[in-house]
Amino acid sequence: MTDMKVNLGGLELASPVVTASGTFGYGFEYLGAVDYSKIGAVTAKGICLEAWPGNPMPRHCEVPGGLVNAIGLQGTGVEHFLKYTVPWFRQQVKGVPVIANIWGRSVEEYAEVAARMGDVVDAIEMNVSCPNVKAGGHTFGQDPKVLEEVVAAVRKSTKLPLVVKLAPNVPSVVPYVRACEDAGADALSLINTLPAMVIDIERRKPVLANKTGGLSGRGIHPAAVKLVYDAHVASKLPILAMGGVAEAKDAIEFLLAGATAVAVGTATFSDPGTAGAVYDGIADYCERHEFSAVAELTGNLLV
Amino acid sequence: MVNEVCKVLEHVDIGSGYRQIVFDAPQIAAGAQPGQFVHVRVPGLEASALRRPFSIFNAEGGKLELLYKTVGRGTAALNAVKPGDDVSVMGPLGHGFPLKCDGAALLVGGGFGVAPLYFLARRLLESQSRPTSLVLFVGGRTKADLLALDRFAALGVEVRAATNDGSAGVKGLVTDPLDDELVRIRAEGGKFELFACGPDPMLKAVALRATGTGMKGWISMDRHMVCGVGACYACIQKTVRGNSRCCIEGPVFAAADLVWE
Repeated sequence: MTDMKVNLGGLELASPVVTASGTFGYGFEYLGAVDYSKIGAVTAKGICLEAWPGNPMPRHCEVPGGLVNAIGLQGTGVEHFLKYTVPWFRQQVKGVPVIANIWGRSVEEYAEVAARMGDVVDAIEMNVSCPNVKAGGHTFGQDPKVLEEVVAAVRKSTKLPLVVKLAPNVPSVVPYVRACEDAGADALSLINTLPAMVIDIERRKPVLANKTGGLSGRGIHPAAVKLVYDAHVASKLPILAMGGVAEAKDAIEFLLAGATAVAVGTATFSDPGTAGAVYDGIADYCERHEFSAVAELTGNLLV
Repeated sequence: MVNEVCKVLEHVDIGSGYRQIVFDAPQIAAGAQPGQFVHVRVPGLEASALRRPFSIFNAEGGKLELLYKTVGRGTAALNAVKPGDDVSVMGPLGHGFPLKCDGAALLVGGGFGVAPLYFLARRLLESQSRPTSLVLFVGGRTKADLLALDRFAALGVEVRAATNDGSAGVKGLVTDPLDDELVRIRAEGGKFELFACGPDPMLKAVALRATGTGMKGWISMDRHMVCGVGACYACIQKTVRGNSRCCIEGPVFAAADLVWE
């Protein structure tokens, strides 16, 4: 039996496979179609201070190898999240940690949302890289100085394990990784979606009402592996890797590139059993290659 | 809600691009309510392709029946599925139609929008509090777009049709015979509820007739969906409560709750 436990910057996970923010609602929506015993944690949909309506329709477009979305962080706000959403999840699904994904329109808002989380959730993932909301998120992940400031502010306002979700569309991820280290982050998550656009040539209009969106799904996986590898080479911070994981092989690539845990996102839409199958496949791989613990895979790349 | 591997029992071409598929789906069929839908992983599409949502045409005796039109890549791939094939079907999903009706039940369907209305008609007619009467108003561009009329006839449902080209029923819109009936019922001081599924302009026209007369209307919205379970927030319909998810707060909405753009 492989030891499947991992520690993501202080967050103890019974499985290295978690769900990615925005693809798994608030954790309970897939009840009945998902085996939670193989899911290390659920990452909830992005939350900010107030209720946020999100973008106009259409919000998504299927493309070869993936999905372009511009949902725009629709959400109920932190108060509703803490008072109703998390308690409902805890009641429905026992023993699975919750990672709250937070965003804000200012440094102060980020810090306040994080502070409000108290110890109701098990960890915080900061979204500083959503490409779909101009007012928030995106800008904080595109300048290492600004990133350091916002991460430091959130660090001061929470004792929870703090994960920072980085943008993929930067010349080098290294300055952003350093900024997170310097600001006291406990872990990194990457990658967020890649900025993308789809055009309806008959109407000569963008398909998405937001004009542009973020690309996720299988097609982005090799790009994500490269960025995870870059981040791991640059830093000792544990990494939660996401981007196109659809089968165990994809997750194992991430682990070998330097990730401590992996998140399944878009693949859940076609098969809600993906996270469970990825868990089984990682365990099989460890047995086949005689690793007694999945943690031994992290960065265990022969180069 | 379950994710069930279902064996295809029948899959027939019923003409003009419409098809009917029957699954052996004991778990889904047992829990299904009219107006709910299933989310189908279409074999033949790449494994990572999104599922496709379909209204439940009928659920009875462990069998799940869908009625669909080939409109794109997903439905085109579904055409190739054969009896005996296994298909991953998630459901039943969403909120369906209420099964109590005060007064006459007026069902309004456009094209393959009649799909959930057959299941609804059957359940309304079986219910303890049967509506005082039940009429299906059905519209399409041409006669070939009027689907499953034999099935409605077998239930004893009165059907009034309208086609754009006059090849069946009255020439015009489905709201033409509907309006005649609304005038008749209201002249007698009767009550009715409207149940509709079809293209957006038809749904809006029906919803406005419900809100305009102060009667109840139940409108099944059709939106492209991603997760089908309320997790991703891609299939939004504007309502008085804000941006509501078609897949979980709908697909059936109260007419009075809908906000039309």
